Amino acid sequence: MGRYVLRRLVQMVPVFAGATLLIFLMVNVMGDPVAGLCGDRQCDPATAARLRAEFGLDRPVWQQYLTYMGNVFTGDFGTAFNGQKVTELMATAFPVTLRLTIVAVLIEVVVGVTLGVVTGLRRGRPVDTGVLLLTLVVISVPTFVTGLLLQLLLGVEWGWIRPSVSSAAPFGELLLPGLVLASVSLAYVTRLTRTSIAENRRSDYVRTAVAKGLPRRRVVTRHLLRNSLIPVVTFIGADIGFLMGGAIVTERIFNIHGVGFQLYQGILRQNTQTVVGFVTVLVLVFLLCNLVVDLLYAVLDPRIRYA
Amino acid sequence: MRGATATRWAACVTAVALAATGCGGGSDSAGASGAVLSSSWTDPQNPLEPANTNEVQGGKVLSMIFRGLKQYDPRTGEAKNMLAERIETSDSRRYTVTLKDGWTFSDGEKVTAKSFVDAWNYGASLRNNQKNAYFFSYIEGYDKVHPARGEQSAETMSGLRTVDDRTFTVTLSQKFSGFPDTLGYNAFVPLPRAFYDDRAGWLAKPVGNGPYTVESYTKGSEMRLTKWGDYPGPDAARNDGVTLKVYTDNNTAYTDLMAGNLDLVDDVPAQQLKNVRGDLGDRYLNTPAGIIQTLAFPYYDKNWNKAGSVKVRQGLSRAIDRRQITETIFQKTRTPATDWTSPVLGAEGGYKAGLCGAWCEYDAAAAKKLIKEGGGLPGGQVKITYNADTGSHKLWVDAVCNSINNALGNDRACVGNPIGTFADFRSKSTTQKLSGPFRAGWQMDYPLTQNFLQPLYYTNASSNDGKWSSPEFDRLVDRANAETDPARSVRMFQQAEEVVRDQMAAIPLWYQNGSAGWSQRLSNVTLNPFSVPVYDQIKVG
Repeated sequence: MGRYVLRRLVQMVPVFAGATLLIFLMVNVMGDPVAGLCGDRQCDPATAARLRAEFGLDRPVWQQYLTYMGNVFTGDFGTAFNGQKVTELMATAFPVTLRLTIVAVLIEVVVGVTLGVVTGLRRGRPVDTGVLLLTLVVISVPTFVTGLLLQLLLGVEWGWIRPSVSSAAPFGELLLPGLVLASVSLAYVTRLTRTSIAENRRSDYVRTAVAKGLPRRRVVTRHLLRNSLIPVVTFIGADIGFLMGGAIVTERIFNIHGVGFQLYQGILRQNTQTVVGFVTVLVLVFLLCNLVVDLLYAVLDPRIRYA
Repeated sequence: MRGATATRWAACVTAVALAATGCGGGSDSAGASGAVLSSSWTDPQNPLEPANTNEVQGGKVLSMIFRGLKQYDPRTGEAKNMLAERIETSDSRRYTVTLKDGWTFSDGEKVTAKSFVDAWNYGASLRNNQKNAYFFSYIEGYDKVHPARGEQSAETMSGLRTVDDRTFTVTLSQKFSGFPDTLGYNAFVPLPRAFYDDRAGWLAKPVGNGPYTVESYTKGSEMRLTKWGDYPGPDAARNDGVTLKVYTDNNTAYTDLMAGNLDLVDDVPAQQLKNVRGDLGDRYLNTPAGIIQTLAFPYYDKNWNKAGSVKVRQGLSRAIDRRQITETIFQKTRTPATDWTSPVLGAEGGYKAGLCGAWCEYDAAAAKKLIKEGGGLPGGQVKITYNADTGSHKLWVDAVCNSINNALGNDRACVGNPIGTFADFRSKSTTQKLSGPFRAGWQMDYPLTQNFLQPLYYTNASSNDGKWSSPEFDRLVDRANAETDPARSVRMFQQAEEVVRDQMAAIPLWYQNGSAGWSQRLSNVTLNPFSVPVYDQIKVG
């Protein structure tokens, strides 16, 4: 187990280096960021030269990358164009997005798995068909449509909630954005659980459990669900990374100042430091989530062993 | 015992109810602080230093927390004395500035001649990386503190001299009669000692001498400004404060306004223009701002700078149906341009409606003929370059191209050439990498004709991205700047503008309006010529 984790951690190093290098090059290809700093006016050459030197843009790309990576390992992610440290931006943005992700994942797990179990056990009944249709609709409607629609209905027409999230972004205000963010994944989780449950329902160990006279509740939760969750856990694990980085649309609609907002602004202003910094952290989150998922397999199914 | 429990329960219920209303938007609409309004904002691009802020969102804050020598009248745009008692000159080159008595910064420090001189020297110095440094370039000794290349050889500009606490002199390197009128720009405000002593601390919570003080500033999300009770100026705030909230998307801000969570939106999204009258009734304002949109040309490209090019440009200008585009796409929030300045200048200030004449009127037949006479479009097609990330430019570029294609009866005569980000667009246009016309927007820094002409069309000027050059134009601008009589100076600028017209140096498209929508709590909302709300005049309740 310990050696397996260690091996996985070592494998992360090349993935991490490759991902950051790619992002670094992509942002660089977009052109000279200093030109955009002076509005519809040309920066005077002397100031532009000094700004380039300050942000290290006057050196070759490989040198910029090495310096940047060197700084990252000492915890210095550089400075954004507005004079703020990128670490400072991260300290404000990541907690907000983390809260949003937690809300979204909780909704996904609780609602998605419940619906999946219910429909899986009642295959072919009206409940099953109804939920299937509903998930189909949710999957096919883009997030920004659901987001704007719910915002307009609940926020403006009925006045139940504030249409935008305040800068503190407490859990209560993130419920609706979390629901919108989770909606598509929620539908997938429902369908995955449903298929898995329906398949395992006919397996030998379930029949044995039923024959032993165990109560139905125990059969479903301890035996059936535990074995059916492996594909769902894989999906949710990968989804956490996706939700954290992919919340740009939802964060824009509800004016949440999280990771999506910082990334969007960083890209518009071609701020290499911000974009690479945030994406680096997201890459780490993604890798760690995948590791945790792999370890969870062993917990769910004792037959799986890591050496 | 039982009774006590019951009371406690009741208290809890009330507390929960109170907290709930607090979450429901009570904090900013009718909070304990009284007449505070909330307003939409976007994150300023640069640190909030006066000489480093070159866009509207940062300028918005500076105009609330600072007052300079002059202040532009929110209605007429006229530069009126604010901190200056008088600014005198006999030769349009040496100016003596005398300050009014009694002005202080909100931290108690007196505003003296030194507050100005030090701030201007700081802004001009190359070492401080200030993006607005070139505003000081008219002052003598600027080339020493801000050389085009190499290290600076002086700390301060030789043209600035403090005489006593309330007097200082400014010597320019050339005659410039409009100079006093430029002094209302944010770059020229005074700075307190606190700025130099602890720059980081000051940037986290700026201190100035304007009608508002910064109560708290959470970068990237909101700034709370409160009325400064002891403000010595004549334009004290008529509300108790302003909360600026950062919005990533102006559509969300508009939705928040509709839901009553926000009081003022100063950028109504283009998609909502159709509904805005129905949504807000007379709580919507659409008023001219000092912004003009033009199409500039790459004069460094031989194809656009040959014998018949003038006729081609004139033909293109006549092929654009400005009226139709401004009415259908912009719902009259833009006005077809008939000169190269802006209506906010007023006739006395140099705006001359119709100066462009027939060259700005749509006439398909004439356009076709002109372009044919000029030798046709270079390469058979024009590509209009623009940045696609902001400002819904794609909409109007496509419309302009449609108009040109229809006029010329050729579906391939004009296409748009989008560029992903503003920074990339700027870097391509400032390094002469474009091969066709490109979007050129201009928002004035100060309400002078000079500001609409010199930076854009003077040889090698800072925003002359197309590298247009005309000795005749340069000579007229120099003479106009040296002219001491304002009326004669304006006439001379208009002569220079006629050179721009005769060469069709850039095709004027339309004047842009500023727009604002507000909640029922507010009254007396106006926009100044820079399309920024006049916050100090807004009344709440």
